[in-house]
Amino acid sequence: MNHLRSIAELGPDGLHRLLDLTDHMAEVNRRPNPKVPALRGRTVCNVFFEDSTRTRLSFETAAKRLSADTMTFSVASSSLNKGESLRDTIETIAAMGVDAFVVRHGSSGVPWQISAWTTASIVNAGDGWHEHPTQALLDAYTIRQALGRTTGFDGLRIAIVGDVKHSRVARSDIAAFTMLGADVTLVAPRTLLPPGDLGDDLGVSVSDRLDPVLEDVDVLYLLRMQRERMTEALVPSLREYTARFGLTPDRARRLGDHVVVMHPGPMNRGVEMAVDPAELPGAVITQQVTNGIAVRMAVLFDLLGSGARPAPEPHTDVENTEMERA
Amino acid sequence: MTEIVITGGTVLDRTGERRADVVVRDGVVTQVEEDVGEGLGEGAAAGPDATTLDAAGCVVSPGFVDLHVHLREPGREEAETIESGSRGAALGGFTAVVAMPNTDPAQDSVSVVEFVRRQGEAAGLCEVLPSGCITVGRAGEQLAPFAELAGAGVTLFTDDGSGVQDPLLMRRALEYAHGLGITLAQHCEVARLTEGAVMHEGSCCSRLGLPGWPALAEELMVHRDIELVRLTGAPMHFLHLSTAGSVRLIRAAKDDGLPVTAEAAPHHFSLTDEQLGTYSPIFKVNPPLRTAADIAAIRAGLADGTIDAIATDHAPHTPDAKELPLDQAPPGMLGLETALGVALAHLDMPLADVVAALSWKPAAIAKVDDRHGRPIAPGEPANLTVFDPTVEWRVRPARLASRSRNTPYVETPLRGRVRHTVFAGAAVVVDGEARR
Repeated sequence: MNHLRSIAELGPDGLHRLLDLTDHMAEVNRRPNPKVPALRGRTVCNVFFEDSTRTRLSFETAAKRLSADTMTFSVASSSLNKGESLRDTIETIAAMGVDAFVVRHGSSGVPWQISAWTTASIVNAGDGWHEHPTQALLDAYTIRQALGRTTGFDGLRIAIVGDVKHSRVARSDIAAFTMLGADVTLVAPRTLLPPGDLGDDLGVSVSDRLDPVLEDVDVLYLLRMQRERMTEALVPSLREYTARFGLTPDRARRLGDHVVVMHPGPMNRGVEMAVDPAELPGAVITQQVTNGIAVRMAVLFDLLGSGARPAPEPHTDVENTEMERA
Repeated sequence: MTEIVITGGTVLDRTGERRADVVVRDGVVTQVEEDVGEGLGEGAAAGPDATTLDAAGCVVSPGFVDLHVHLREPGREEAETIESGSRGAALGGFTAVVAMPNTDPAQDSVSVVEFVRRQGEAAGLCEVLPSGCITVGRAGEQLAPFAELAGAGVTLFTDDGSGVQDPLLMRRALEYAHGLGITLAQHCEVARLTEGAVMHEGSCCSRLGLPGWPALAEELMVHRDIELVRLTGAPMHFLHLSTAGSVRLIRAAKDDGLPVTAEAAPHHFSLTDEQLGTYSPIFKVNPPLRTAADIAAIRAGLADGTIDAIATDHAPHTPDAKELPLDQAPPGMLGLETALGVALAHLDMPLADVVAALSWKPAAIAKVDDRHGRPIAPGEPANLTVFDPTVEWRVRPARLASRSRNTPYVETPLRGRVRHTVFAGAAVVVDGEARR
């Protein structure tokens, strides 16, 4: 694996490999000193053209726990456009010696463009509406952990509720969950779904009503409802959205205790999440955040670890050898 | 006295096809007969200074006419100039091109259109026909001075780059055009339906997470304008049709006897939206690349004459601009130097019909059929294209005459290539090389 830009490019084998590797990273994270020298001498640069404190911190933490050196380049894409081009930015940073770029950009496809300009590995940390593959990996890992599903999601019923159209999380989740064998149902008004025949294109079912889906689901994945969607005539009001698609107290009561409830954060309380998630027995939202670090460690190790590419110098220390066996 | 003898080719024009050599003297075709060239050695028909253009295995046709090119001058000379664009045109076999008005300043005044025409004349590689704007500054608010511009020789008017959104203004434009002998041409796109759009709305854009440009946005305006033509009786030309629905609408309008004409661009009958899977902005174009079904409909429309002309929508952009993120990169692709090769590789039509769509049919739409797209016969103006219809080749971007490099055909084998171009009696392209 040279890059992690999309779930499709990872493929089923890569997906299982990374989820298995995440188990080992989670074990590292449970140690009193959660740090291994696996990526010592490697440099990971976080290039964030769009604000994302959570994802950036998660990647930084993951890189540091593997002893990689980290750099962070953070800039609003608008100010970049005034002067230096995207290509110049990437080529300049690459010239400083970077093994991997972790890229977040508001435009779909930027990780593909960037990978033509550098030999470093590219990790997509979210591009436009398109993909956020490490989010999908941490979501899949969290489900696997919560339901003990280590071999796959065959027969698992997952509902993804809300603004799928504008959601990179949804696109990556759909790809990962269906690749693992789950039956995915998208629940949203037609205005918040991508165009086309979603059954054929994405391998999912679609419902424009949440209540019948709730009866028959193992995982309920709520997407964040952006407030600006109202001004785009996509939904009449947040109140109406909550009434039709929000997890209200009434719906929470009808939800079986076994149902895993997930959210990529940050939550809009009172909108898609109209109950206190702390009161939901199946909520795993905090675990998602925790698992994010282990998943990103797995991704960086898979891309830059000793098995992936020639190392700058031989690794000799004991802890690192353990990592390699992992 | 300049003299050119084109030997060994097959002459193809609107009157048919025949083996003949063609002699050109002082800008005019003087002789079209078999084996004229043979006699040259004896000094019979041509003088000793005659240039001989070998046309063995080639077709000699009237020069091509492109109804739709963006030459970027004035305003964006880093992407193309009238000279570099004219050179690309000549290499593509075009002896006349209609320059779209979305320059800076826009072609909405006599001074700007005359500047464009003069720059074309200075380059001397093909006839550059400036189009005029429908509205001042292409802003969609106030009519451009049609009569003044028509007086300066402008025959086609369009706000290309965007469509005229206001139906009242469009109605008035068609009514006011009456009697001026001009044709309005529409870029059909209901802008409200394409805000932020990057590619065709369909399966592919769902998967790629890109905002879609629905076929409906084109077809609504095609339909509106057909009805305005019905109402006003003014002729209208439809630019770069891209959808199956648009072809159906134009076909029905022609069946009703309405004075409408239409064009399609080579990329709309050769490339699909799947190309955007690489996220390369080279494949971003407006209207966007569509589906295989749309391509089939455009090809059928060309084959049955619903679509009159092949027009390139040649749209140069600098490499910098095409390295922006896909949603920020400007739309457009080069077309002049590849049009024939794409057409012959992708269209299953008689060769004469392809040449008609490249030459005499667009010449009539641009109202230059007194000098372009003419039959090849003694006394006719010598605007001629000589091309090998079967040779397979690949584009090498670094060798393009354009100042830009945004050709989408790098990976695609093309068939048919221009060998010589004669413009106004001068051999401006010889053996695939521009002479000016």
